[in-house]
Amino acid sequence: MDGFVSIRNLDKFYGGFHALKGINLDVAEGEVVCVVGPSGSGKSTLIRCINHLESFTKPSEIVVDGTAVAPGKSLSTIRAEVGMVFQSFNLFPHLSVRRNVMLAPMRVRGRSAKEAGEQADALLKRVGIAEQAGKFPKHLSGGQQQRVAIARALAMEPRVLLFDEPTSALDPEMVGEVLDVMKSLAGTGVTMIVVTHEMGFARQVADRVIFMDSGEIIETGTPEDIFSNPKEARTQNFLGAVLNH
Amino acid sequence: MELIDTFFNAEVLRRSFPMLVKGLWVTIKLGLVSIIAGLALGLALALLRLYGKRPVQFVTSVYIDIFRSLPLLVLLIIIYYALPFVGIRMSGFWSAMCALTMVSGAYSAEIFRAGIQAIPKGQFEASQALGLNYRQMMFDVVLPQAVKIVIPPLTNNSINVIKDTALASVVAIPDLLKQATQAQALAANPSPLIGAAIIYILFLWPLVAAVSRMERHFGAGEH
Ligand SMILES: Nc1ncnc2c1ncn2[C@@H]1O[C@H](COP(=O)(O)OP(=O)(O)OP(=O)(O)O)[C@@H](O)[C@H]1O
Ligand SMILES: [Mg+2]
Repeated sequence: MDGFVSIRNLDKFYGGFHALKGINLDVAEGEVVCVVGPSGSGKSTLIRCINHLESFTKPSEIVVDGTAVAPGKSLSTIRAEVGMVFQSFNLFPHLSVRRNVMLAPMRVRGRSAKEAGEQADALLKRVGIAEQAGKFPKHLSGGQQQRVAIARALAMEPRVLLFDEPTSALDPEMVGEVLDVMKSLAGTGVTMIVVTHEMGFARQVADRVIFMDSGEIIETGTPEDIFSNPKEARTQNFLGAVLNH
Repeated sequence: MELIDTFFNAEVLRRSFPMLVKGLWVTIKLGLVSIIAGLALGLALALLRLYGKRPVQFVTSVYIDIFRSLPLLVLLIIIYYALPFVGIRMSGFWSAMCALTMVSGAYSAEIFRAGIQAIPKGQFEASQALGLNYRQMMFDVVLPQAVKIVIPPLTNNSINVIKDTALASVVAIPDLLKQATQAQALAANPSPLIGAAIIYILFLWPLVAAVSRMERHFGAGEH
């Protein structure tokens, strides 16, 4: 069975270091998948391959919505359909919040400033920061910046959203507001692949949880399977460590 | 009083003033054209050096290093006096403009490169992840941020270009220095040279001060 996002035999090397070891993964349309695992296990590398921020070579293969992810013309089409939210927000500091959200729809989708602006206002309202639209990113709190980043990704109307530890750079009191926005996205039809250390979020929102270690998928299952009945010793050790720290 | 009559002779200065103004105009024209062409060349070189194919990167870096090592006067003389032997003949103005541009382009390239490299990787990744193409990423995201970083050093470089226009007097361009030397010869008095020096200072001092202000301002604002 092929997924909406389909990863086949994905190998990734950094020099002689084998960072991803033959990953196979299918994600269905609209599914919410959370990826957990220890530091250095390859979680970021895996999701960054999906929009080709990390390159990979044949026979490794990733297909998104029927199109192979590879350098060339089709890549911009895929990137326009696959949004990404980074740990460090990566907002454009020289643009207002509203302009941050408007830029890609205008440039990539050819929207007029008026259309893009109205869409940006609606999205900023949706993530709860409509009143910050005219400010510059540096004047916003971390939680607000990350919500802008989510709005910016949503503005491209992506079919897939990739999150790479979206709350790890936030002060604890701001984690909730970002997770709330992400929860509101789950079930709207957008496919979500979320690398996270927020086990509560994964348990509550994920359709499926994937545990990675040393560049491999060790175990995959429902949140119930992984958190309550982990089968692999490595999963048990990891969860034991993070859940009781 | 002898000293003042020799170097600051008011009558000589008054008579040579129109010549000096004409010279200043040529200096400004030559300086501006060279600065603008040098900036365009520098940006192109910086992008090729950073993102071109390997051999292109290599050739670009060789160009940049050569033109930063070559004394401008030597280059100018080669262009004006040597190139005609292979059939390339340019007026003094265009020879000087080419020499200034080629050298200023090499320096600007290094300034642009440093500015672009100072932009965090996350800015490039966010642009790519949104589907922006290379040109959009550079012109909408990276360069607008790099400009803030490169403006003080580029202004410095522009000041140097304007000062270096004085070298053009060796290829018989009626720039400020050339006019001053001629006025000096005519009047048999060096006051026009002092006049030219004062004009250079009056003209460039504000730019020099602006760079200092910008460096203080950006230095304080960024960290
Ligand atoms: N650009 C790179 N060059 C060399 N090695 C890299 C590079 N990027 C990642 N690695 C290595 O690949 C491995 C996987 O890294 P990755 O960032 O995917 O881990 P991760 O699971 O996201 O970890 P974390 O939870 O710390 O973010 C690590 O051992 C890392 O050191
Ligand atoms: Mg990571």
